[in-house]
Amino acid sequence: MIYDVVIVGAGVIGGMLARELSKYNLSICVLERDNDVACGASKANSGIVHGGFDPEPDTLKAKLNVEGVEKLFETAKMLNVPIKRNGSFVCAFGEDENEAITELYERGIKNGVEGLKILSGDEARKEEPLLSDKITSVLSVSNAGIVCPYDLTVAAIGNAMDNDVQLKCNFEVSEIAKNDGIFTVTAISGEEVKAKYVVNCAGGNSDKIAKMVGDNSFDIIPRAGEYLLLDKAEGTRVSHTIFQVPSKEGKGILVSPTVDGNLLTGPTACVVDCAENKCTTIEGMNTVIKLAAKSVPSVNFRNVITSFCGVRSSEKNGDFIIEESKAQKGFVNVAAIDSPGLSSCVAIAEYTVDILKSIGLSLVENKNFNGSRENPHFFREMSYEQKNEYIKEHPAFGKIICRCETVSEGEILAAIKRNPPATDIDGVKRRTRSGMGRCQGGFCGPYVMKLIAEQNNIPLTKVTKNGKGSEMVADKI
Amino acid sequence: MIECDILVVGGGPAGMAAAVAAYDSGVKDVIILDREPELGGILRQCIHNGFGLHKLGAELTGPEYAAVYKDMVTERGIKVYYETMALDVTNDKIVTATNRNGILNFKAKAVILAMGCRERSRGALNISGSRPAGIYSAGAAQKLMNCEGYSVGKKVVILGSGDIGLIMARRMSLEGAKVEAVCELMSYSGGLTRNIVQCLEDFGIPLYLSTTVAEIHGDKRLEGVTIAQVDENRRVIEETKRYIECDTLLLSVGLIPENELTKMAGIEMSAVTSGALVDENRQTEVDGIFACGNVLQVHDLVDYVSDEAEIAGNAAAKFVNGTLEKGETVNTTAGNGVRYVLPQRVHKTSKEDIALFMRVTEPFGKVRFTVKSGEEVLATAVRLKVAPGEMEKILIKKEKFELINGDIIVSLEEI
Repeated sequence: MIYDVVIVGAGVIGGMLARELSKYNLSICVLERDNDVACGASKANSGIVHGGFDPEPDTLKAKLNVEGVEKLFETAKMLNVPIKRNGSFVCAFGEDENEAITELYERGIKNGVEGLKILSGDEARKEEPLLSDKITSVLSVSNAGIVCPYDLTVAAIGNAMDNDVQLKCNFEVSEIAKNDGIFTVTAISGEEVKAKYVVNCAGGNSDKIAKMVGDNSFDIIPRAGEYLLLDKAEGTRVSHTIFQVPSKEGKGILVSPTVDGNLLTGPTACVVDCAENKCTTIEGMNTVIKLAAKSVPSVNFRNVITSFCGVRSSEKNGDFIIEESKAQKGFVNVAAIDSPGLSSCVAIAEYTVDILKSIGLSLVENKNFNGSRENPHFFREMSYEQKNEYIKEHPAFGKIICRCETVSEGEILAAIKRNPPATDIDGVKRRTRSGMGRCQGGFCGPYVMKLIAEQNNIPLTKVTKNGKGSEMVADKI
Repeated sequence: MIECDILVVGGGPAGMAAAVAAYDSGVKDVIILDREPELGGILRQCIHNGFGLHKLGAELTGPEYAAVYKDMVTERGIKVYYETMALDVTNDKIVTATNRNGILNFKAKAVILAMGCRERSRGALNISGSRPAGIYSAGAAQKLMNCEGYSVGKKVVILGSGDIGLIMARRMSLEGAKVEAVCELMSYSGGLTRNIVQCLEDFGIPLYLSTTVAEIHGDKRLEGVTIAQVDENRRVIEETKRYIECDTLLLSVGLIPENELTKMAGIEMSAVTSGALVDENRQTEVDGIFACGNVLQVHDLVDYVSDEAEIAGNAAAKFVNGTLEKGETVNTTAGNGVRYVLPQRVHKTSKEDIALFMRVTEPFGKVRFTVKSGEEVLATAVRLKVAPGEMEKILIKKEKFELINGDIIVSLEEI
C-alpha cells in the first residue's frame, strides 16, 4: 500500500496535522517511535495557550500563534478536551521591567492580539491577591488559556484514527528513500511504509529525520525545561497564568493552575545534549522554587507531587520551520516547534495542509469526516445521580481503581480500548489520570498493570511503564 | 438512603476493631465500607510475622492477624460492603460511596473514619534524574510480590529505613534479589529496632545513615542510582557521591494519613500528625465523627491500631446511646523533645484513665517524660531508650484529673 501522506511523529503537531488531513479523502499513516503518542515535548510542557504578544512581529510564530488561539479553543471543544480561558498576567518587578511590559504590549498590538491591558501592581493584586507585593506592573492577556497538552494530542490522534488514519507506534524511522516519486520510510525493525508525501513532525529529532533526505538546513537545539507539579491543595493560589517578563531563554518561570486543578510551576531553560535528556536536576528544581516564589510567595512546595522535565525543540533562527524541504521534493518539514507551538498547533496543521496542496497533494473533501470525539472524561463530569444511573448499566464504572483521582475501572478499560489505545501504564495515566494523584500510582499501579495484561491478553511480565525495556515486574516467583 | 447507627469507613485493622468494639458495646447496627474484595486492608500483603504480640499474645503474620478480626466481624453479622469506596463524607454524617451497583448514600448516627495511610512518593522527595520503570513504593512492591506473586527486580536499593522498607529488604533477599543498600536520610533509622536486626543485619544488608539517593539513572528501566551522604542541613555532600548499579529502587520514606474524606467533612486537622484533631474518645471536632488507626496517626504496631480503634468504637456506641462524655476539654501540647501528643484535647470529667500517645523528636538515651498541667505533675514515665520510630504511651490516672488547671504539656528530659 502506498499512503498519500506519512507523518513522522505523533506529538501534538503530528496529531493535529493527521486530523486536519483526515478531512480529505486521503490515506494517512502516522509513525511514532515510542510506544504511545505524546511522548516527547507534547507530554511535558506548560500547557499554556499563549495570547500571541510575545513572538517578534512578521514571523511565522506571530502569525500562527495569533491565528491559532481561537482555532485551538474551537478544536479543543469539538474534541471534548478541557480548555479554559483563564487569562495570563506577565509581571514586572521594578522600573526596568515596567518598560518591558510596555514593549510587550506594543508588540502584542502589532501582532494583532486583542484583549491586552496594562495593570498596576495593585490593580493586578485586586484580581490575584496572592501576587507578590514587589510586582510593579502587569500585562494582562485576556485571550490566553490553559489546556492539557497530552490530552489534546491523544484526542487529536484519536479523532484522526476515528477518521481512518493509521497509527504505527514503536516505528523508529532509520531511513527515508525516494524512488520513482514514492518515499519508502524504513524503521529500525525493518518494517517499511511507502508514501507520496512525507511530513516531518519529529520534534526533537526533526533535524535527524530531515538529514535522512539530505536536508542539512537546520539543527535542533534541545532546551530542557524542568517543572514542579503541586497537589490540588495548591491549585487555587492563582486563577491566571502568572508569567515574569520573558528573557532570551524563554518565557520565564510561570505559576499556573492546570485544567485538572493542580498548580504547575516552571520551566527552567537549559540547553542539553539531546532531546531524550529529560533528567531533572537539583539546580533546576531549586531555580523553579525560587523564581515561582518570586511571583507568588505563598506557594507551599511541600505539596509538590511530582517533578518532570520536557525538552523544547528550538532552532538558532528562533522561528518555526514549516516548508517543503529544499533538498527533497514532497518532503515537508514542520520543525523547530517550540513555544508557542501548542497555542499554534491547529493553525500549523492548516498551514501545513496548504503547503501540501501547493506542492500537488489533491484535496477532496471527506464526506464522512466527523470532527468531534466522544468525551473520554464524561464520567467524572457527571453528578452522583447521573453516575448512579450509568453504573447500573456499566458496573465497571462503580469500581474505583485510582483512589487519589477517583478513577474507575470502567474509565481505565475505555482508555485501553478507545483510539489511540493505551497499552502501557503511562498511557493509561495520561488518558485517565490514574496514578497522577498524591500517591503517584502507589495503590493503583498493580491494579492498572493487571487490567492492561488482561485486556491485551499478555502476562504481567510484559506490561510496561512506557514501552519495551520498561517492564514493570521481573518474573513469576 | 441507607440508614444505620454506625458507619465505619475502611475495613483494615482499625475499621474491623472499631466495628467489633461498637457492636460489643451494644450498638448492633454497624456497617463497614471497604474498597477491597476482602477485609484486612494492608495486612493482607504483610505476610511476615510479628503481629499480635501485645494484643493477642501470639506472633502472627499480617493475614493471620486480620483473620482474627475478620472472624469477629463475621461472627457478629456486621454488614460489610466490599469493593465500595466512600467518595464523600459530610459533617451531618451522610456518606456517599460507589461500587458496582451504583452510588450509595448512607446516613449514620456516628461515623468512624479508618481509611489508613499511604506512602510518600518519589515526587514528594524531589530526587533528580530520569523517570524510568523500576521505582516502587515499598508497599506497591510488597503487593506485587506477596499478592500477585511477581518479583519486581534483581538488584535493589532502598531509600528510607521505614519498617516497610526494612521488611521488603528481607523479603526481596529471600526471593533471590540482591539488596545493595538501604539509605536513610536521617542520622537514625525510622524503623523498629527489631526490624533493623532481623531484616538487615541478619541478611548482611548495609544501612547507610545520613545518606540519600541523589540521582536516578536509566532510560526505560532503572540502571542505577547515585547515593551520597548529606550534611546536617540534609544537603548532599558532593565528594561522597557514588554510583550503585541496580534495577529497582524502593521508597520507604514515610506514611501520610489518607485524610481526603476527613477534610471534605470540614474536620480540623493537625499539621503535625496530618490526622484529625481528636479528644480521648477519638472524636473529632465534629460531633459523632470519630477517627482511629493510621488515618489519625501513623502507628508503629498494628496492635496499637486495634487498641485505638476499640476506643473509637466504644465511644461511637456511647455517642449513639447518648452517654458519651460532653463538656469542656483542655488541650494537650508537645513540650521539649516531644513531636506531638494525641489526643490533642481531653475531658477532665472523663471517667477512665486517659492514655496519651506521642512520638519523640529524635533518638535519646534514658529519659523521663513529665506530664504537667500548670505546675501540677499528672504523670511521669522513665524510658531507657526512645526513638521517633516508636510510639510512646503514658497514662494519666483518673484520680489526677482534679489537678488539671489548664493545658497539659508533655515534655522529656534526659537523665
